[in-house]
Amino acid sequence: MARKSVKSRPKSRSKPVPGRPSKAPSGSSRGRANPRGRLLLVATRKGAWLFHGDPLRKQWRADGPHFLGHIIHHLVLDPRDGKTLLAAASTGHLGPTIFRSTDLGRSWRESSRPPAFAKASEGKAGRTVKHTFWLTPAHENEPGVWYAGTSPQGLFRSEDGGLTWEPFSSVNDDPQYRAWMGGEQEGTPDGPKMHSIIVDPRDPTHLYFAMSSGGVHETLDGGKHWRPLVEGLEVVAGFDARNLVFHDPHCVRLCPSNPDRLYQQNHCGIYRLDRPSAVWKRVGKAMPKDIGDIGFPIVVHPRDDAVAWVLPMDGQTVWPRTSIDGEPAVYGTRDGGKSWKRLAQGLPKSQAWWTVKRQAMAVDGSNPVGIYFGTTSGDLWASGNEGKSWNCIARHLPEIYAVETGETG
Amino acid sequence: MGAGGPVAVLIASPLISYTGTDKVEALGETLGEVLNDLDIRFPGIRFRMIDEQDRIRKHIRIFINDEQARDLGHGVRPADQVCIVQALSGG
Repeated sequence: MARKSVKSRPKSRSKPVPGRPSKAPSGSSRGRANPRGRLLLVATRKGAWLFHGDPLRKQWRADGPHFLGHIIHHLVLDPRDGKTLLAAASTGHLGPTIFRSTDLGRSWRESSRPPAFAKASEGKAGRTVKHTFWLTPAHENEPGVWYAGTSPQGLFRSEDGGLTWEPFSSVNDDPQYRAWMGGEQEGTPDGPKMHSIIVDPRDPTHLYFAMSSGGVHETLDGGKHWRPLVEGLEVVAGFDARNLVFHDPHCVRLCPSNPDRLYQQNHCGIYRLDRPSAVWKRVGKAMPKDIGDIGFPIVVHPRDDAVAWVLPMDGQTVWPRTSIDGEPAVYGTRDGGKSWKRLAQGLPKSQAWWTVKRQAMAVDGSNPVGIYFGTTSGDLWASGNEGKSWNCIARHLPEIYAVETGETG
Repeated sequence: MGAGGPVAVLIASPLISYTGTDKVEALGETLGEVLNDLDIRFPGIRFRMIDEQDRIRKHIRIFINDEQARDLGHGVRPADQVCIVQALSGG
């Protein structure tokens, strides 16, 4: 029994309904299907937006806000059916939940059992999910299966399309993993995160996840057993890299064209890993010295494992987390990280002090690849030519937490 | 569940999307029973207020008449008024 179906709710116009756009925007796509359309899914601090694109990716039609006033941490379209959306939501006051739509956001249904830690035994302190931070659809041969990562760090799985969620005790309750997660002070300013949940497209039981903090981890048996994957990664100077508490992977991506290659944007640099090796190589050392290799997001080319893009930020001194010198730029490599090229045509040339969060950069599957990112100042940028030039799709949105792409079925 | 009459429950505005109104009735002899009764009728509403460790969430306040409830064991009598409010916060 689901907690709530927005469709089945009393039809009172005076009542706020989560998920429903509070006011249909001009040109809204609601009620009109967009078969095999291009979609940008934008999650913000104050709601979610869907941007429907034309085949040439020139025009984008805004649909939103959905969940106005809710914090939407991640909004993901299921690539296995091209129509199911999951939204990880919370508000400033209420507990976290997951909403699901099977009609591209025309109606939303709330999870009947959102991700939640096991209740602690009498006299022991239990953990509480503050919010779900990351959503990943499982293997293409596992329809309806999803993974979720939470803050504080926890891993959850749904087998019914996101309506109910079960915890992975092998991570959430394991004493060693709990130690590696550290306390809440070891996390980001918004709390410790589990993120970058990755499913090997060749094997549904081969998974990766990352924790800020707590390192990168891997399972080969569907989550019964896990092992760290942090060799070669640096930590902040003066700390012991053997202690996983000090490892802070910001974003990990697997190359769809070569699942044995992963890239990582870390608190301490940009890395590449070529399996079966378990040693990360810091390819960010090839970045220009005056830019460095600190940032949050990294994205990879869908068909070329030598190509990846990052968006560096200022990670010096007190960690301003802004663009460097107020001059934002994407950097791309086309040789596996041996060299990097500045890609800033069309981006602000000065006094642009925003940055891009780890979930707020995405690529599509087109040729040439489209790259998209959303800023902390609420602007949505796109490149239809693999970063050679950029244009702004939307301005003045709330702080953007996540950007994903999708193709509707 | 108590055999007494219902208690009035005032609903904070962020939760009206569940109830459709700012005032409902529920049954129970403790706050926990009242919220369980609410959750049966308005599925999902309890978890938005109470976490998985059965603690009242940080930014939710619940008053029984004029007394703030600190836990789910707080007693409730027929004709009491349960008032659910969101704590003041900025941002």
